[in-house]
Amino acid sequence: MAEEESARLARIKANLRRRALIHDSIRDFFRSEGFLEVDTPLLTPAVAPEPYIAPFSVNGWFLSPSPEMHMKRLLAGGYGSMFQICHCFRKGERGSLHNPEFTMLEWYRLGADYMGIIQDTERLLLHVAASLGLGSTVRYGNREIDLTPPWPRVTVREAFFHAAGWDPISHPDAERFDADLVDRVIPALPANRPGVLADYPAAGAAMARLKAADPLVAERAEVFIGGLELANAYSELTDSAELEQRFQSEIERRRAEGGPDTPMPRRFLEATANLPACGGIALGVDRLVMLFCNAASIDEVMAFPRDRA
Amino acid sequence: MMEISEVTRNTKLMIDGAPFVVEEVNFVKPGKGRAIYRLKLRNLFDGMAREITYHSGDRVEEVSVTSHEMQYLYGEGGHYVFMDNETFEQHTIDKKQIGSRAVFLKEGVTVAVLIMHGRIIDVNLPKFVELAVKESAYTTKTDTVTAQQKMVTLETGATVGVPAFVKEGDVIKVDTRTGTYVERTGTRK
Repeated sequence: MAEEESARLARIKANLRRRALIHDSIRDFFRSEGFLEVDTPLLTPAVAPEPYIAPFSVNGWFLSPSPEMHMKRLLAGGYGSMFQICHCFRKGERGSLHNPEFTMLEWYRLGADYMGIIQDTERLLLHVAASLGLGSTVRYGNREIDLTPPWPRVTVREAFFHAAGWDPISHPDAERFDADLVDRVIPALPANRPGVLADYPAAGAAMARLKAADPLVAERAEVFIGGLELANAYSELTDSAELEQRFQSEIERRRAEGGPDTPMPRRFLEATANLPACGGIALGVDRLVMLFCNAASIDEVMAFPRDRA
Repeated sequence: MMEISEVTRNTKLMIDGAPFVVEEVNFVKPGKGRAIYRLKLRNLFDGMAREITYHSGDRVEEVSVTSHEMQYLYGEGGHYVFMDNETFEQHTIDKKQIGSRAVFLKEGVTVAVLIMHGRIIDVNLPKFVELAVKESAYTTKTDTVTAQQKMVTLETGATVGVPAFVKEGDVIKVDTRTGTYVERTGTRK
């Protein structure tokens, strides 16, 4: 029998109180860094055509799966380094680490590249840990994880070569990539340290720029802590023509598969002509709260997950 | 056909010609990657567990399986006769479909019968039944399960190991899944 709502809410109250402290601590960190907090629409006429991210559509509009395009329009408008904590919506994503409506922290730093953004992330987590009265270690599951920077960095090429025995950069294979990432590469990351996987195959670049010295590789890095995929950073691609080309090929792929028609996000593409050089990242706040509450399921850090909403 | 993303616990699927019930859906997805659905399934015919991995976009065949409460009436030749508690229709079920658990069928007991496309595919006995002890053998070395246990025959013909204090005429509770004694619940004589 399902747990009574009152009993459940009493049980997770400490987690939700801690969640509120974490939200405060994030805002505190970015204000002290001189970042502007922004607020962009959840109801939007266009979304970025990206593989494997399915938006909810409502009367010809979409529930925003990411604040990325609107924040970049603000960046193009000269607003400088900025952050936002907002809800995002992704259809069909439900599991112990997923809820179709979830909370994202996204920030952009002018002039930074993806590794500069990873340094922000290291400092942010230490700041949050300190504001919760923790030192530089956090207990997650049965592991003591040492958050002291710098976190070990490994390229996707090396990590796959060691854990899965193949090189996804020289021999791209999108299907094998996701399965091996989940089953082999992530479990092989250091257990007692955060791990940074860097330099993804160009095919998985999304809105990251390719490395000038090695165009098979995108300047994209992901942070994993305690097996949780926590955040995804880019050196942002500022070339409108290349962005449009990437979107176009995804729109065509969807059409070929008979999926719903995806509009080209014109306003965003026009704005990117003025997008300054910057790095950006999206960090799953629910998972960050899970980490600091030692919660195994996302339901333990949300008042009303989908099945209880 | 249905999208794999719509499958939840208790969805019934037809896989390789056999009906399965989904017992667990484990959803894994890299942020920018393809969703992976690891399903734990149970074959409704033979009860065997199976695990299958699907990916976003995969389609699966849903089957309609309904459960009906029926009362056991009597056994006849190679069949058992049941009556649907709602429609009062009688149904004949092959003894093989119930298998060894049939030794716990007592007249009047209500079971859950699973029907797929008009065909009976499974009969679920209550987890526990209460049956009278018909015959209690003397504790001999060969009959002894443990030092404190002996074998008895129940009113349905089933034999189970029981503690030494259980005697003829006692009513005992039996777990039909394991065929084992749970407790003594009363005495008839």
